[in-house]
Amino acid sequence: MTAARRRRRAWLPPLLVGVGLLLAWQVFVEVRHIKPYLLPAPSAIWHQIATNKGDILHAARVTGTNALVGLLAGTVAGAAGGALASRFRFIGELTTPVAVAVNAVPIIVLIPIFNNMFSTTSAIPRRLMVTIIVFFPIFMHTLRGLTEADATKEELMRSYAASEWTVLRKVRIPGALPFFFTGLKIASSLSVITAVVAEYFGGLQDGLGSHIVGAASNSAYGRAWAFVTASCLLGLVFYSLAVTGERIIVPWQHRHEGAR
Amino acid sequence: MTAEPAATPEGELPAVELLAVAKTFHAGRGGQVDALRDINLVIERGEFVSLIGPSGCGKSTLLRLIANLTDPTAGHIAVNGKSARQARLDQDYGMAFQQAGLFEWRTVAKNIELPLELRGWDRARRQARAEEMLKLVKLGDFAGHHPWELSGGMQQRVAIARALAFDPPLLLMDEPFGALDEMTREHMQAELNRICEETGSTAVFVTHSIPEAVFLSDRVVVLSARPGRIVTVVEVGLGARNDDTRESPEFFKKITEVREALRGSA
Amino acid sequence: MSSLAPAGEAAVAAPAGPQAAPAGPQAGGPRRLRRVVMFLVALVLLAALWEGYKWFGQAVHGRVVGWSLPARTDNGSMPHVWDILRRFGQPERRGSSQRIWATVAAGAWFTLRMAMAGFAAGVTVGLALAVVMQRFRVAERGLLPYVVLSQTVPLVALAPLVVGWGGNLTVFGLHWRLWMSVAVIASYLAFFPVAVGGLRGLQAPAPEAVELMDSYAASWRQTLLKLRFPAAVPYLVPALKLAAASSVVGALVAEISTGTRGGIGRLIIEYSREATSDPAKVYTAMIGAAVLGLVVAGVVGVLDLVMMRQRPQVHA
Repeated sequence: MTAARRRRRAWLPPLLVGVGLLLAWQVFVEVRHIKPYLLPAPSAIWHQIATNKGDILHAARVTGTNALVGLLAGTVAGAAGGALASRFRFIGELTTPVAVAVNAVPIIVLIPIFNNMFSTTSAIPRRLMVTIIVFFPIFMHTLRGLTEADATKEELMRSYAASEWTVLRKVRIPGALPFFFTGLKIASSLSVITAVVAEYFGGLQDGLGSHIVGAASNSAYGRAWAFVTASCLLGLVFYSLAVTGERIIVPWQHRHEGAR
Repeated sequence: MTAEPAATPEGELPAVELLAVAKTFHAGRGGQVDALRDINLVIERGEFVSLIGPSGCGKSTLLRLIANLTDPTAGHIAVNGKSARQARLDQDYGMAFQQAGLFEWRTVAKNIELPLELRGWDRARRQARAEEMLKLVKLGDFAGHHPWELSGGMQQRVAIARALAFDPPLLLMDEPFGALDEMTREHMQAELNRICEETGSTAVFVTHSIPEAVFLSDRVVVLSARPGRIVTVVEVGLGARNDDTRESPEFFKKITEVREALRGSA
Repeated sequence: MSSLAPAGEAAVAAPAGPQAAPAGPQAGGPRRLRRVVMFLVALVLLAALWEGYKWFGQAVHGRVVGWSLPARTDNGSMPHVWDILRRFGQPERRGSSQRIWATVAAGAWFTLRMAMAGFAAGVTVGLALAVVMQRFRVAERGLLPYVVLSQTVPLVALAPLVVGWGGNLTVFGLHWRLWMSVAVIASYLAFFPVAVGGLRGLQAPAPEAVELMDSYAASWRQTLLKLRFPAAVPYLVPALKLAAASSVVGALVAEISTGTRGGIGRLIIEYSREATSDPAKVYTAMIGAAVLGLVVAGVVGVLDLVMMRQRPQVHA
């Protein structure tokens, strides 16, 4: 099959499904006269998006900044932590159970506590929350990437009498990059969702999450969904940035790509 | 539904018939591969036939055509007097691959029972047959073990037991001993020979190894490099096989014959 | 929102989104014991860090080299660890006889039940989706992007929707109750890892194994039951762990956004409002939620042991 045909096969079905869903949604709302508070029509949502463009962009910038700051901090901390843990087993043993626990525990509940600890006009609680939530996937994936040694490659480097630093640079870090980017992909979409949900617990009211809640409590559901759409798009933007980063930095075949 | 082949007088219906069979992959596009060309072959009941040839000559493809796991681009295939597809639906053959392909979540006995479950046999009958098969391949004590607890050779024996489980008239094997070491391999060859003598099945066997082909077969089909054609068919005619066969001068003569045919085909 | 990184040693890639990799049973008792000990050590260290920060903050009166410390360290904002622990044994309200730990436990139990209902629903939907997507390649191409996309919608947006619809529905003769909305929202988070991990698992069998089933002229259904489902188990177990944790998180957030009473999410919000007068209270509820999450993780961990008993170590 030609390359063009293969590409079309890839994006045509989702496109059709998406368009079909939107159409079905619109028709359903109109035919059944669904009240807007139950389910606004796509046309109404689109209208709200157009009307509130300025607010949406501003709110997206606020939430996006929170997410980005948290993502960067969490990534740096996670990568550093992962590197340390791969070097010193003790650290790994200490942090892994905590990571498991943090996974199990809904740490979003820390937000009210953070709001307490920091001043109410601070953006830090949200950024801190994002940092914490981003830290763990990055940490786990970096650790895995660095410790999953390819025995053959390591033996080869040993036969070259290479120093440990060289081995790190030439073998282990490139080997760990695919894992790191997998963690980054997970973390990027999480960062946005966390930033949005974190606004739900009070504090500053200028982000996407606050607007969603605000519009919903005023029963302006079309507007609420406009902001929801914006946060989905924001999440997608972050995710695609991570994917692009991966394509540029790790162009070779991804080892764990699910094979058919 | 199992269709035991209608009782026919010996030699009336060949087990496998291939007439002007050809196979092309990705026909008409860039990357077209002519795997097989103009294959004509008749395999009689009870015969053991090996397919041998250089890498990429299409011998595995030929086997899979007989098994109806892929379709020919041209020509006609008859298995047990029916179309290949019907033979597969009627379960007229048992197949063994290079990877034993046992299901790791099933015990050895349950692995052998798999085709029987699919044919709707009741539990008692299945268990009895699995036990019988395990004895046949000399693994009677391992019924409750899991595949990962067995060596490669033992796993292959289980795979062969599974292929024989419902007593098919035809055995198709694709380099089943390829992953084994030489000693185990020779042992397995002797076992397979014994089993085929006892059950009287027809067998089509793909291999890379000339001694293996000569030891096991009544006839050795030599294929050319891609696109695969039948270069020659060597009649082995060594009679009953035993430990001494491998060291007999006739054995070496036949090996040389096959080797020269292969060399000429490259 | 859990961080979606699966437990311990087996955190691995997927092209379309976060997934879990199969991890065989680890070496038994001593390793597990060591992990538990390490966990407790980590807890003690955290408590020490907490108190250390407090002490430091008090000592420098909240300022270091002219910069003010980000977190307030007075007892109102950061109660002492032992104050928090002591609060558990005290009554919930002035004049009430019920101790906080009882209230928190009751709330946790309530939330747990809703989370379990959501988990069951999510797993069912997730598995059904995985089977459909495995059967029809077109379905995988068309639906999988939306499955992944579904997780970018913040739960808080779904709550009014689900509650509103529910008001007009009758399921199996029962009128829709508020807790059902919470369960539905929890299932929204739970179905995703099961669908993605389940699909991966159903696609896992080697082509030779599928050919073997073909050679038996097995129907698609037989191949599904005898080959694909058993082969999918090492992929489903970590997915189920994730789904369980996600159900808890989903239930909590949904509780708050639907205004359901009786669960621990509600308690957290209520107590946080009293934070100025009773600073330790909100921490008790928060610890209750943490324990809930750990209990669920423990239960699923047992499930892992049971289901993977018969398998050799598998690495993706």
